[in-house]
Amino acid sequence: MASDLNRLGVAEAAARLAAGDCSAVELVEACIAAQEAAANLNAVVADTAERACAAARHADQRRHRNEARPLEGIPVAVKDIFCTRGAPTTAGSRILDGFVPEYESTVSAKLWDTGAILLGKTNMDEFAMGSSNETSWWGPVRNPWSPADGPSLVPGGSSGGSAAIVAAHAVPAALGTDTGGSIRQPASFCGVVGLKPTYGRCSRWGIIAFASSLDQAGPLTRSVADAALILQHIAGFDPKDSTSADLPVPDLHSALQGDVKGLRVGIPAEYRLDTLPVAVGDLWEQGIAWFRAAGAELRDVSLPHTRYALPAYYIVAPAEASANLARYDGVRFGLRSAGKDPDELYTRTRREGFGEEVRRRIMIGGYVLSEGYYDAYYLRAQQVRTRIAEDFRTAFREVDVLLTPTAPSSAFPEGAKTDDPLAMYVNDIFTVPASLAGLPAISVPAGLDDDRLPLGLQLIGQAFDEATLLRAAAALENAVGTLQAPAVSA
Amino acid sequence: MALSDDDVRRVAELVRIGLDESEVKPLGEELSRIFSWIEALREVDVAGVAPMTSVVEMQLRERDDAVTDGDCRDQVLGNAPAADDGHFVVPRVIE
Repeated sequence: MASDLNRLGVAEAAARLAAGDCSAVELVEACIAAQEAAANLNAVVADTAERACAAARHADQRRHRNEARPLEGIPVAVKDIFCTRGAPTTAGSRILDGFVPEYESTVSAKLWDTGAILLGKTNMDEFAMGSSNETSWWGPVRNPWSPADGPSLVPGGSSGGSAAIVAAHAVPAALGTDTGGSIRQPASFCGVVGLKPTYGRCSRWGIIAFASSLDQAGPLTRSVADAALILQHIAGFDPKDSTSADLPVPDLHSALQGDVKGLRVGIPAEYRLDTLPVAVGDLWEQGIAWFRAAGAELRDVSLPHTRYALPAYYIVAPAEASANLARYDGVRFGLRSAGKDPDELYTRTRREGFGEEVRRRIMIGGYVLSEGYYDAYYLRAQQVRTRIAEDFRTAFREVDVLLTPTAPSSAFPEGAKTDDPLAMYVNDIFTVPASLAGLPAISVPAGLDDDRLPLGLQLIGQAFDEATLLRAAAALENAVGTLQAPAVSA
Repeated sequence: MALSDDDVRRVAELVRIGLDESEVKPLGEELSRIFSWIEALREVDVAGVAPMTSVVEMQLRERDDAVTDGDCRDQVLGNAPAADDGHFVVPRVIE
């Protein structure tokens, strides 16, 4: 039946297309209809329906000629931070309003090379700075799990549009980026799978930079197998990214086949916060029990510098952001405000083009990098970062993966934390440490809280061992079974 | 760690972000709160600890000094606010 094609996952849709049960045009049209039905989520900021239909016709022709590639005809939504040739790309910022890239990011280009089709540029926190998608110039995204009769809930952030549109069954997969939790936390809030690969696994070329030593692209999907499938196609060495890892990408599909008997799963003591909501703590215990029942060996481990991760992150990330965002000066592209001299042109453009949170972080970054403060802040933060990475290395002598909650709460109402930056920053308390250490991590939807809102559990793996990480994630997903669908689900 | 009004004005100037005088004090208070929270890093013993300079263990690569791209002038100018005869046309920025 054609009407529910939008509900298919990546692998299912690929199988249906290969079997001739449906066409790419039918699949893409079903997803377009689902995106239109979910328009109130404000998850998509650039409409690409027309070119997607043309690409779908092209995909069907290739299949007729027996030239179908692995993801031929599969629509994928892309966070608006990836430069997509000919499709507006703004990173959620007014300062890039009207910017249409003349080139394609490596990661998205790799997807299109396997036959996938761009369907929707997704809303996001401005320059990926936020944990609720409320800092976007294009307005907030509504979480599809928001109760019909209650307040609008945030989808998490910064990849909030990608998480919401996948949760609403309006596309089988979306690309996001994760700097301190921006794939995993929205995945947790929206009840989908979100995978941040190892730093260096996916090319950063053509992704609008936020914090270059932390940014990493990854998939948001409705299953672990689909996340593995997308990663398989977007990962790999790229000479255009100087920190791209020149390593082979393992066969992630076969990695999913194994079980977790004897897998050593670590539980970090420092993640047991006094402030953790009961539902989150209980779900974590449930996760431990699931792994034990599946034959894994559970071990307590210590990551002593965990509590310093967030403060270190809020030096490193703003410092890198202030440098990366210096290019937006109103001269060669993007928004320009008039000024009587160059300085006034710069200061007015940046004042009017950047939102409050971005301006705040640029200020933090400018301060910690300024003369006389560099050693006290930036250098010390990078030393603490070394300590945090050492903690993980020590733990990984004893265990293969770590199991933690993804976020300290479920989705919260719009506006609940916008007046208090520190309350917002705490959303990433469980995701930032792995980011600082460059490690791969995944959020798997694992249960619902008392308000019937999704909660994710996070698994953290060793550098470049996405295979083991995904095997553990698949076991967790298997133990969870099926969660109830969100309220808005096309 | 408290930022003075002058600190706030100085940083805003460094990062070229316009600031109304009425915003200086509230922004200073907010940044001071964030920096007080960041002060926790002082507790960490970092004596002899090398700062992280490479996230995953790798050597920076060298590449051949060769032209791999080019002949794309019109693309380069695609997002220019104005162009003339193959050049960006911008306000005077060098005095």
